[in-house]
Amino acid sequence: MAEKQTVDVEKKTPAASPPTGIQVIAREFAKDKLAMTSLLFLIVLITVIYVWSFLIDQEQLMRISLRDQMAAPGEKYWLGADKGGRDILGQLIIGARNSITIAISVTLITGIIGIAIGLITGYFGGWIDNIFMRIIDFFITIPSLMIIIVFISIVPKYTVVTFVLIMSVFLWVGTARLVRSKALSESRRDYINASKTMGTSDGVIIFKEMMPNLSSILIVEMTLNFAGNVGLETGLSYLGFGLPPSTPSLGTLVAYANDPFILENAWWNWLPASLLILLLMLAINYVGQAIRRSADARQRLG
Amino acid sequence: MWKTVVRRFLVMIPQLFVLSLLIFIMAKFMPGDPFTGLITPETDPARIEELRQKAGFYDPWYIQYINWMGNAFQGDFGRSYTFNQPVANLIGTRALNTFWLSLLSVVLLYLLAIPLGVLAGRYQDTLLDKSIVFYSFIVYAIPTFVLGLISLFFFGYELGWFPTSGTVDINAEAGTFGYVWSKFYHLLLPAMVFAVLGTTGVIQYLRTEIIDSKTMDYVRTARAKGIPNNKVYSRHIFRNSLLPIAAFLGFTITNLLGGSIFIETIFGYQGMGQLFVQAINGRDYSVITTLVMLFGFLTLLGSLLSDIIMSIVDPRIRID
Repeated sequence: MAEKQTVDVEKKTPAASPPTGIQVIAREFAKDKLAMTSLLFLIVLITVIYVWSFLIDQEQLMRISLRDQMAAPGEKYWLGADKGGRDILGQLIIGARNSITIAISVTLITGIIGIAIGLITGYFGGWIDNIFMRIIDFFITIPSLMIIIVFISIVPKYTVVTFVLIMSVFLWVGTARLVRSKALSESRRDYINASKTMGTSDGVIIFKEMMPNLSSILIVEMTLNFAGNVGLETGLSYLGFGLPPSTPSLGTLVAYANDPFILENAWWNWLPASLLILLLMLAINYVGQAIRRSADARQRLG
Repeated sequence: MWKTVVRRFLVMIPQLFVLSLLIFIMAKFMPGDPFTGLITPETDPARIEELRQKAGFYDPWYIQYINWMGNAFQGDFGRSYTFNQPVANLIGTRALNTFWLSLLSVVLLYLLAIPLGVLAGRYQDTLLDKSIVFYSFIVYAIPTFVLGLISLFFFGYELGWFPTSGTVDINAEAGTFGYVWSKFYHLLLPAMVFAVLGTTGVIQYLRTEIIDSKTMDYVRTARAKGIPNNKVYSRHIFRNSLLPIAAFLGFTITNLLGGSIFIETIFGYQGMGQLFVQAINGRDYSVITTLVMLFGFLTLLGSLLSDIIMSIVDPRIRID
């Protein structure tokens, strides 16, 4: 069935090359309105947050003003003020910027490590694969959330950089495992063998020939990881084990709700941040799902 | 079959060993020692020195490790200085609370997910299926603590349907029906949040399983025999799809443990997850190490359980 279809397509358009990854993804987004909306929403939101955060004077924002304590949303503060009389909206923008930046850096670090290790172990197999698989198996079976929290609480000089590094140490594993399994089957393909016979070096085969063919899966994995990292960072910050107190995050804003009085009576302190996290997660995940569909010919809408 | 189980069990031992080593090293990096909690302004430094020497504080690390493990095997995990009682007792009471919460969550999860998965698979590509798939996507994307807080605010405070914190009403008398009911009532909201968040995996698995079964030979045979459509689904397809989803139980346990840290903190539920956060904040290291070890053991047990169920269900993955 599938074979017959491709033959038909080739007959009709003999000159056209098969659509590239980007074209397939673009077609999928054109077909799925909700995915398009999510993508536009994300682009607009992230741009607004980054531009706006430049305009905010952080020192003035964090200045305590007792007269505005717990001010309700109104003319002066669109989203009200917290216990210290600080503007919630400003904190929301700065917090969102920090959360997104950290999620992006963790995603990039774990992505690079995970993809490199996955590709190399999948391509070579043998003892390299064996060693790394034991390590990966171990990482998967440990309660990583707890160990991350313990690490965060015992590191002596705790900064944003250490936070990102600690998270990265435990989060590359999933990506590595997925990429390895894909690389394993890809490395048995004819084109890889052909390239090997021609004497191409292993490095060139892995990164210039195999990686582009896995690119759509890698993009999906990175997108979903990005969503996961936003969730994890805000979650840790919510518990009080995330960003240092001097750097507000969406999670620290949500953590205002740990005070039952604020939870019940001052919804503007914690609800906007919760909803922003929710929207971010939904949009990123939806975009990720759409890219995943476009990576699999059987599930495509467009 | 038994070979697989035994082999999986043997693989667990080195994993537990490495985990315990990691935790031991972490514990060495934590400030203070087991006697920090005993020090008062009147304590003579020489006395502390003596205690330390007696407890083997200056022994080489591998001897300390062996002693620590030996004590752990005998159920001696040290003393919690913030709660001022043996760690084993402290965790014992908390573990029971977490166990009840997990049990109710798992029951609610399957009660919710199985009908949804079956309906989505059976009425594939209808509006019903699409809404169920969309629902499972949304709950997949929501972080635990966001849903927990919003439902606590909405159902607990705004509507007042559920208690907002604790494990049991302070006025309830132990042993009475009211006590049990109050306990259950406190469990209900956190367990529901857990259940809703965990449904995605089961729904998606069941849905694809049923869609795949529709075109199988045994289903066609059943239809050819003239079995009514409802019965084909309830007797033939459903039974075949049910066992594999039991394998999700293992993953569910892992997720519950990770999520319990958030859920128990939000709902002020006195279980192991809340104890962990309290112990970290109170720098109560004997409690922390024991809890991490326990959670690690349970996580391994969860994945072992999944593998065993899978090997019962699918003979291909058995090692013979």
